[in-house]
Amino acid sequence: MYGADLLEFARGPAIQGSLIILVAGILWRLTGILFLPRKADHSQPREAIAARISGGLGNIVKRSWPYAPFAKRVGYSDTISYTFHIGLAIVVFFYQPHILFIKSITGLSWPALPNSVIYVSGVVTLAALIAMIVRRMSHPVLRLLSNFDDYFSWFVTTAPIITGLMAVAHFGGRYETLLAIHILSIALLFIWLPFGKLMHTFLFAISRATEGAAFARKGAKS
Amino acid sequence: MADDETIGARLQQRGISRRTFLKFCTAMTSLLALPPTMAAEMADKLAQTKRPPVLWLPFQECTGCLESITRSDTVTLEHLIFDLISLDYQHTLMAAAGSAAEAARNHVVKTMPGEYLVIIDGSVPVGNAGYGTIAGVSFYDVLMETVSGAAAIINVGTCSSFGGIPRANPNPTGAMPVTDLVKDKPIINVPGCPPIPVVITGVLAHYLTFGVVPELDELHRPKAFFGETIHDRCYRRPFYDQGKFAKTFDDEGARNGWCLYELGCKGPVTYNACATLKWNEGTSFPIESGHGCIGCASPDFWDRGSFYTPIAADTWHNGAAIGAAAIAGAAIGVGVATVARKRQGKITKTPGKIPPS
Repeated sequence: MYGADLLEFARGPAIQGSLIILVAGILWRLTGILFLPRKADHSQPREAIAARISGGLGNIVKRSWPYAPFAKRVGYSDTISYTFHIGLAIVVFFYQPHILFIKSITGLSWPALPNSVIYVSGVVTLAALIAMIVRRMSHPVLRLLSNFDDYFSWFVTTAPIITGLMAVAHFGGRYETLLAIHILSIALLFIWLPFGKLMHTFLFAISRATEGAAFARKGAKS
Repeated sequence: MADDETIGARLQQRGISRRTFLKFCTAMTSLLALPPTMAAEMADKLAQTKRPPVLWLPFQECTGCLESITRSDTVTLEHLIFDLISLDYQHTLMAAAGSAAEAARNHVVKTMPGEYLVIIDGSVPVGNAGYGTIAGVSFYDVLMETVSGAAAIINVGTCSSFGGIPRANPNPTGAMPVTDLVKDKPIINVPGCPPIPVVITGVLAHYLTFGVVPELDELHRPKAFFGETIHDRCYRRPFYDQGKFAKTFDDEGARNGWCLYELGCKGPVTYNACATLKWNEGTSFPIESGHGCIGCASPDFWDRGSFYTPIAADTWHNGAAIGAAAIAGAAIGVGVATVARKRQGKITKTPGKIPPS
């Protein structure tokens, strides 16, 4: 297959199909969780509804920072996690071709950052992702806790970064072929996202808010 | 008709000085990315080479490729090529017509097998022989008969190289590129709609000097001219790197020469030398005139979506399908949760017994 044919496939049916799976999968998971039956809590609430809502929302923010007594122990993983999450956000949302991709689907667009900023972010993100997987594989407890989902989720997150940097650098093939592989790697990420641990993209806020609201109801500080 | 006259003698006869010829050879070696020392060697070899007969077959084409060469500019560079070869058959240029013209072609094919070159512009219709004929003979048969003794084939333009516009969907004539029809001859593709004249000159000069086709890529294009994308050599590239893009064809960004990526420029995936060799005596090329590259030197460029859709965009975008996916996903989620609720209800009513799934 000629590189341009592969690119046409990637830009057309592949990405469209993956978007359909992504949207359907996310909605499936979200509604499935939100409509799950919950055990009735017959105890007297310690706080009013407003406090429970603010407790839920506050917990989303609070859980974003390490708990002080554990700060030293989780400092390394938190730093790496923040580095790659922020780097990934910069690359995904502020690179002009990515903005154009989002615009072609949603109609929304915003100003891009210079490519040099994107390239540096991409490299830093990749370094952080590598540091992360090295830690997961070398830490005895983490290794025991890890399963296929953890490694595959890492792979589908890292693959678009690697293929994107290769496309930008024209490394390993013709640009259109590398671009097609990059788009196909994103399609794989879209397909996997709703069904693995990457669903935390959406569930992290729901789980933290649920926990925060439950704590607030009981009058506990989260 | 081809003769024993050498290219050097021909040039002398035409009053072209050795200095001018050396300049031509220097330009050619530079274009072909050969060492500068090859210029003198090329001049010596070309001067001693006999002018090879060339048959130019026009099939499903618009004559734009020929126009590109003959009307390129007044500099002798492109015109010199007609001193390097003996163009024995070309419908538009030759004085002879009808049976006299065909006799010239037949004479070369029968008397000089393995010595002549065939230049082809236009695709070949294979759907129905009647779609294209010359003197009552189908294009396909003319092609096969003519290339049977060819030393090499040079496809000039996107139509003969890849099928071009005649092959665009729904391809009513069953147009095919020569590359798909002829498999046993050296083939050089010089695509473009039209191709850059000096690229054709360079390819011929290389073949006549070294007797072999230049280094080609997987699409039979000379790497010297088609090795890099237009985007890589574009003078607007710094604006791409800075993230400065024209939003419309007449906004401030467009006037300031910012990158046309957002306006659908296909420069990043198009391999050609437009950005370096340019057109009209090196004056400009389409991007310099304010329009994005349409990728005319690429296969099936006419059918690869809108010229104005950015390369990064989802070409199959179907909002209805995604909306339906959202509804279906939500419905499945609600359905699953409902089943779970019913199941939990049964457990609550009959504690200690778990109903089968």
